[in-house]
Amino acid sequence: MAGKSKEQGGDENVPFMQQLLDNPFILLFLGVASPTLLYIVWGVIEVAQIPIAQ
Amino acid sequence: MALAAKFRTCPDTGLKVHSQAEALIKANAVLGIIFLAVGGLFGLLVALTRWPAVHLLPDELFYLILTGHGANVLLFWIIFFEIAVLYFASAVLLNCRLAMPKIAWLGFLLMVVGAITANVSVLQGESTVMFTSYPPLKAQPHFYLGLILFAVGALVGCFIFFATLVIAKQEKTYEGSVPLVTFGAITAAIIAVFTIASGAVILIPTWLWSMGLIANVDPVLYKVVWWAMGHSSQQINVSAHVAIWYLIAALLLGAKPLSEKVSRFAFLLYILFLQLASAHHLLVEPGISSEWKIFNTSYAMYLAVLGSMIHGLSIPGAVEAAQRRRGFTNGTFEWLRKAPWGNPAFAGMFLSLVLFGFLGGITGVVLGTEQINLIMHNTLYVPGHFHATVVAGTTLAFMAVTYLVVPLIFRRQIILPGLAKWQPYLFGIGVAGISLFMMGAGTLGVPRRHWDITFTDAAIAVDMPGTAFLMMGLNGLFALLAATGGLLYILIVVGSVLFGEKRTEAVAKANPVIFDASTVKSYGSEEHPKLSGTYVLVAIFFVAFVLYYYVNWKFLSEVWPLS
Ligand code: HEM
Ligand SMILES: [Cu+2]
Repeated sequence: MAGKSKEQGGDENVPFMQQLLDNPFILLFLGVASPTLLYIVWGVIEVAQIPIAQ
Repeated sequence: MALAAKFRTCPDTGLKVHSQAEALIKANAVLGIIFLAVGGLFGLLVALTRWPAVHLLPDELFYLILTGHGANVLLFWIIFFEIAVLYFASAVLLNCRLAMPKIAWLGFLLMVVGAITANVSVLQGESTVMFTSYPPLKAQPHFYLGLILFAVGALVGCFIFFATLVIAKQEKTYEGSVPLVTFGAITAAIIAVFTIASGAVILIPTWLWSMGLIANVDPVLYKVVWWAMGHSSQQINVSAHVAIWYLIAALLLGAKPLSEKVSRFAFLLYILFLQLASAHHLLVEPGISSEWKIFNTSYAMYLAVLGSMIHGLSIPGAVEAAQRRRGFTNGTFEWLRKAPWGNPAFAGMFLSLVLFGFLGGITGVVLGTEQINLIMHNTLYVPGHFHATVVAGTTLAFMAVTYLVVPLIFRRQIILPGLAKWQPYLFGIGVAGISLFMMGAGTLGVPRRHWDITFTDAAIAVDMPGTAFLMMGLNGLFALLAATGGLLYILIVVGSVLFGEKRTEAVAKANPVIFDASTVKSYGSEEHPKLSGTYVLVAIFFVAFVLYYYVNWKFLSEVWPLS
């Protein structure tokens, strides 16, 4: 993901932040990955660790 | 499969409008409004039942109608309208054809079939599981199936939106970065993809369970994953209505964002953090650690709240700057006094912004704080809070933009303009009332989703204070007001679409509905704005925020004495 941009040549000087904000698919990746890891995966691990009642 | 794309040029904005995009925007908006009418009526019935002096519905019907209310308004009304917003913000604002219209129609069809199926199953009476449908409560299989079909259809809509962005880029229909409103729509669509995926992950097994194909669904696991959908979908709403605030301010006043960079950054905060706040629904869940709860609801969510506060400063600021440019420069508040309050699009937008911020935002932070959440958890305070966000905020913003969609997309004049002027106020004040009184009742301990607050046949007697009954009565009165505002909206919109004067070019020229379309189409920030009024408003907001937050901690120390 590091700094890859699919821009057509000639825009070497576009700042990183702008490249990020101009690429909806990187944003899509971030917007799905962040809650999947921090909320769902972490949350499911917590639930899975609850001991089963005997 | 590419249909030869047909375009018209909009006489008001100069934008090229693809006929298929236009037809899909209309279809989705109309369906949304139909479900709002049904769901809104159900909401009134629920409120009249919770009014102790009226107590309208019998118990079982109450829960059935409550289930129907939540699904019709929060899912079907809002999401149909959002798909229309996505198509508008991509195809129309980017001057582009809509990608794969046939597939888009297929998505629409799935949503219609899904929404009808779910409604049928609710009305049959065997699917009274309420909005959250927590197992082990079990609905009929076609209830879950309806929701799944609806979600798949909505997901198709999101893909059409992203594909349209790609086409616009390839065909170079715009220059530089997409407009801010489109960026807001991108935020909404991204959150929608996560939302719908989470919904599928949990509703498909639950559907299989309802058919007896899976032995059980773990309730806690269900809650964790379900809320990734249930809460995140509220964040689609926030992103969409914030985009609409910017859109209305730009079209009606030529307002430019104070800083494109900062506003986009605020949307980025939504993309990264807003969905984590789903954890606030599980704050009292035993078995999940405080680390998970506090990380997701505090550290992360406050970054998203920061995003909302940036928009909350940026939009009134943009309005103020635009008004000052137009010559309303006297004193601190001339710009606000002389704003177009008689235009329902503006009035609805500004009321939505204020009510969302003051009533919805502040109470949301309070509810999202693990300790003080305990005071209000599962009381009527919760519906009070979210009626301020999704009704006063999202629904009112969507209503406001409809007053532009009807002339610009349906190309009809608004009928009954004198009544239309009052509609946002009636609805806004009504909803502010139900939010406040439900929150008041909740603070006094009235539970949510309860048919009988006197608990007549409970083993242990419960004494609700008299003020709680008063709050429920006031809630009923304001529900009548909100329902009147809602009914007026439906009448005006349906009436205009069917019988309004056709907006030919001549009619459009004679009755302009927008002030300036150039700002909404392009990238660009306000230069050297003077914002004394906005700073005062923001200061009032912060004082209210701090005081209310403090009061709740104080209250906590009283309900739970540690000595
Ligand atoms: C005339 C307008 C409306 C009125 C009078 C109204 C009133 C109510 C009332 C009294 C409740 C029940 C609270 C309880 O007993 O727990 C409720 C629940 C709810 N309302 Fe509304 N409402 C209105 C519009 C809306 C709209 C437009 C939305 C969404 C955009 C909405 C979303 C919900 C949801 C999600 C629930 C919770 C359902 C559940 O607990 O399963 N309402 N509403
Ligand atoms: Cu939530």
